[in-house]
Amino acid sequence: MSAVIECINISKQYKGGCQALDNVSLNCQSGRIVGLLGPNGSGKTTLIKILEKLLVPTGGTFAIAGQTDPVEIKKIVSYLPDCNFLGDTLTVKDALDYFQTFFEDFDRPRAEEMMEKLGITGTQYLKTMSKGTKDKLQLVLVMSRRAKLYLLDEPIGGVDPATRDFILHTIVANTDEDSSVLISTHLISDVEPILDEAVFINNGRIVLKSTVDAIREEHGKSVNDYFREVFKCY
Amino acid sequence: MEWNLDPSRPIYQQIIEKVETEIASGRYQPGQQLPSVRELALEAGVNPNTMQRALSELERGGLVTSRRTSGRFITEDGNMIGETRNAIADRQIRIFLEKMADLGMTKKELLKRMEKEAVSADAQNAAGQNTAVKGEEQ
Repeated sequence: MSAVIECINISKQYKGGCQALDNVSLNCQSGRIVGLLGPNGSGKTTLIKILEKLLVPTGGTFAIAGQTDPVEIKKIVSYLPDCNFLGDTLTVKDALDYFQTFFEDFDRPRAEEMMEKLGITGTQYLKTMSKGTKDKLQLVLVMSRRAKLYLLDEPIGGVDPATRDFILHTIVANTDEDSSVLISTHLISDVEPILDEAVFINNGRIVLKSTVDAIREEHGKSVNDYFREVFKCY
Repeated sequence: MEWNLDPSRPIYQQIIEKVETEIASGRYQPGQQLPSVRELALEAGVNPNTMQRALSELERGGLVTSRRTSGRFITEDGNMIGETRNAIADRQIRIFLEKMADLGMTKKELLKRMEKEAVSADAQNAAGQNTAVKGEEQ
């Protein structure tokens, strides 16, 4: 096992004053699925965007599988943004071509096999798809890369429970001993069974890092219920 | 197999209990090969490392044995399976007795009621089998 994410004292101060991240240090070993759990506005997306080299931190350093160069990092990190990133005028085949052109590690047969299971055909236009189908397609594309690190920003937000199961199943099935997954979400009860570790983030700081079973053992409740207790708003 | 995991308890413990129950009930046969960690993890919808941990614990206890190249197998030790079966039953009985004590049931009342319930459950089972047989005849 080796470290996939090594991040030391990362801070991010947005122009205009918001301190989105405050001295975040995080280590993640290969073969792990880590949940980045926090309330809205806690810094989850900012951290993911920094790890994907889309944002520049105002302080701190990090390496992904030992790499610090942005181009090298993008080669080994597969990123699922929390929005639609594919144009509506594309067909499924266009989207596949697009990924194949961009990423050397894209495993096209694997993507096609998963799409077949989902009943998604190559000639379909993205604009004719429902939100849930589009989400599934995007996840299939992202998980079909043979990456070192998968950064998944809210992969199960706004989809029905059966689709959630498909997405979680796909994440587990496609992660091997050499890769890691960082999932940000606030739908904790759905993801907690597949997590190795839960990282609680609040106001830009990591407030807890523990395994799911350790939290359950120690507090006698699910990570979801413990989260509600820690981040109680009233 | 339905896994039905309780969200408030550690997952690896529940996996251990589930596999123990499958072995004790005979749904997993002595000497039978277990699916791979990954297959079991996907079936249960849990993290593969958690499944690995549970199977390692079962191995340590001896109910599951691993053969280096060919995978994991259920023990063929009938005594051990019998002991596991009794231990699971005892655990359930203790939970039941606590609940009955909470209701204020005396031991005498309890034994009487259990006998009555057992008889009526037998009758229901027999009736169920009869209708099944009739169904087949039609």
